[in-house]
Amino acid sequence: MPDICIAKENFPELIERLMGRYRVYAPVERGRYYEFAQIGKAAEADLSFSNTLLSPKGLFHPQAERMFEYSLARDDPDAGIVKEAQKEFAPRLILGIRPCDARAFDLDDANFDTETLKDPWWIRRRDATTMIGLACDSPCSTCFCTSMGSGPYDTAGLDVLLADIGEGYAAEVLSEKGKAALEDVCGSSAAGACLQVAEKKGAAEQSIAAAFDPVAISKIGMLDLYNSPMWEEVQFACINCGACTFLCPTCWCFDIQDEVYADRGDRLRLWDSCMFPLFTLHGSGHNPRSIKTQRVRQRFMHKLKYYQDRYNRGPACVGCGRCVQACPVNIDIRQVGLKMASTVSSCSA
Amino acid sequence: MNPFLPYPVRIDSVITETEDRNLKTFTLVFINAEDEKKFVYVAGQFAMLSIAGLGEIPIGIASSPTEKGFLKFTVNKVGKVTTGLHDMKAGEIMGVRGPMGNSYPWDLLEGRNVVIIGGGFAFTTLRSSIVYMIDPQNRPKFGRIDVVYGARTPGMLLYKDELAQWEKRSDINMHITVDDTNDPDWKYNVGFVPTVTRQKAPDAENAYAIICGPPIMIKFTLPVLSELGFPPDRIVSSLEMCMKCGIGFCGRCNIGTQYVCRDGPVFTLAQLAGLPVEY
Repeated sequence: MPDICIAKENFPELIERLMGRYRVYAPVERGRYYEFAQIGKAAEADLSFSNTLLSPKGLFHPQAERMFEYSLARDDPDAGIVKEAQKEFAPRLILGIRPCDARAFDLDDANFDTETLKDPWWIRRRDATTMIGLACDSPCSTCFCTSMGSGPYDTAGLDVLLADIGEGYAAEVLSEKGKAALEDVCGSSAAGACLQVAEKKGAAEQSIAAAFDPVAISKIGMLDLYNSPMWEEVQFACINCGACTFLCPTCWCFDIQDEVYADRGDRLRLWDSCMFPLFTLHGSGHNPRSIKTQRVRQRFMHKLKYYQDRYNRGPACVGCGRCVQACPVNIDIRQVGLKMASTVSSCSA
Repeated sequence: MNPFLPYPVRIDSVITETEDRNLKTFTLVFINAEDEKKFVYVAGQFAMLSIAGLGEIPIGIASSPTEKGFLKFTVNKVGKVTTGLHDMKAGEIMGVRGPMGNSYPWDLLEGRNVVIIGGGFAFTTLRSSIVYMIDPQNRPKFGRIDVVYGARTPGMLLYKDELAQWEKRSDINMHITVDDTNDPDWKYNVGFVPTVTRQKAPDAENAYAIICGPPIMIKFTLPVLSELGFPPDRIVSSLEMCMKCGIGFCGRCNIGTQYVCRDGPVFTLAQLAGLPVEY
């Protein structure tokens, strides 16, 4: 339920004030697509976007990240000793993020923030970031968030959810961080907006076609899905370009590489993709996923089955539809999910 | 503590183990004493060996936690980082990150007989296990210890001096073998590991088998273990996978739901039967 209404005419001022306290990232138009970028002026933020081409995962998990540095100078007693690269984790605010993308970061937390081991950079960036989301009123034909446990008005992972009610935004405060972000905002009572927001939410959810049922997939045995003959057909068109993995907000796989310049170097973390043959290549030359079918199967099995089995919090997919839009050979995860969900379980004990 | 940051170590010694010179044992010493206290490990675990400028490689820890003051790793030269490591000498600085992985199931092995079967240079964590078990403090915890260890030729065996010493002991039954040799001084067995395992027929009663070796050796030894009466949940193996982070974050070493670096690398055959055959 919304807590406060902010008139659109007051919104630029709100953004300016937020920029005084946070580094603000918002959707910025770049010709044919949008991306989340740090804004220097309120006017750069364009909330009329549908969604960004690249998911905002790069804000928490950069495409290339310098983790460590080291000297290799002959006369340096510290040569060869790896040291943490200095970084800043100043407070940030992501404005206008869609509910699907915000939920994706909660799903990614399962990987980077475990009981025993924590990724220090991921954690610090998550801690330093406040997310003000924007509900979707015009979902795309490729959206299927409602089937993945999310929705156009989903609040998971958000600190504030904004709903566009015409002359303003109805804001629902969801966390202490969200409260802090809106503490000095000039708004009006949201009492009158409740019904309107509920109606818009219903309409948006209705407009999204049902895709497939991940719960059905969770109930089918892992080996029954893995050994299903469906994968031969699914993999046929795939060219292992990796576009799906790069755009996906719940794909987090990375490589670690050392890069050297004269007498110093960096240890970098870089996005990688299970779509690439080199991903699993052993030093000996053996490759457990040398055949394309194995790689294509791995991606869908990980997102829709292994992640569910391992973490018990639904699939590693938020239905944002970016992979569906971007795949150059029109492989559609919704169709793959349907095939998986209708796989027959074997009767063996 | 940053789990991606290696502890700085100095190479204390480098020994060439095998006649083809492709396997070297590196003894490493922590540069900071307090790092050694943090590096608490159990036999069967591995660590990431880090060389600044080249990268990291996941290598089984060959030393036993009962050996203080150093870590031992035996490394096969296969690629960029291992070649760089093989070119390094005593006194040079590198890094160690870990310990990683789930180790052999020592809590389950207590009170049991232990049969260790190793081939080639997969013997490294088995050395760690043997040294751990025959340590006077630990030996009483285990029953009979049988070891079958084979390499292609006498010159390809690891830890030759130690093997000879263990062979003389009465509290461990060593069955050292080579595929073939025309060395007239060769004192031990001749024959493939699966064949020698069948000949020596270790008793499966109250026993666990730990098996590490090249895929072909494992393929032909598993049926022998089954014939001897070892059930799948008492046959333990350590797997290898391409790894980068070694801590279950980078996503590349999974077999189904299991990350070999984090949930493994040690799995029982019963566990592997429930996973996709993708390794």
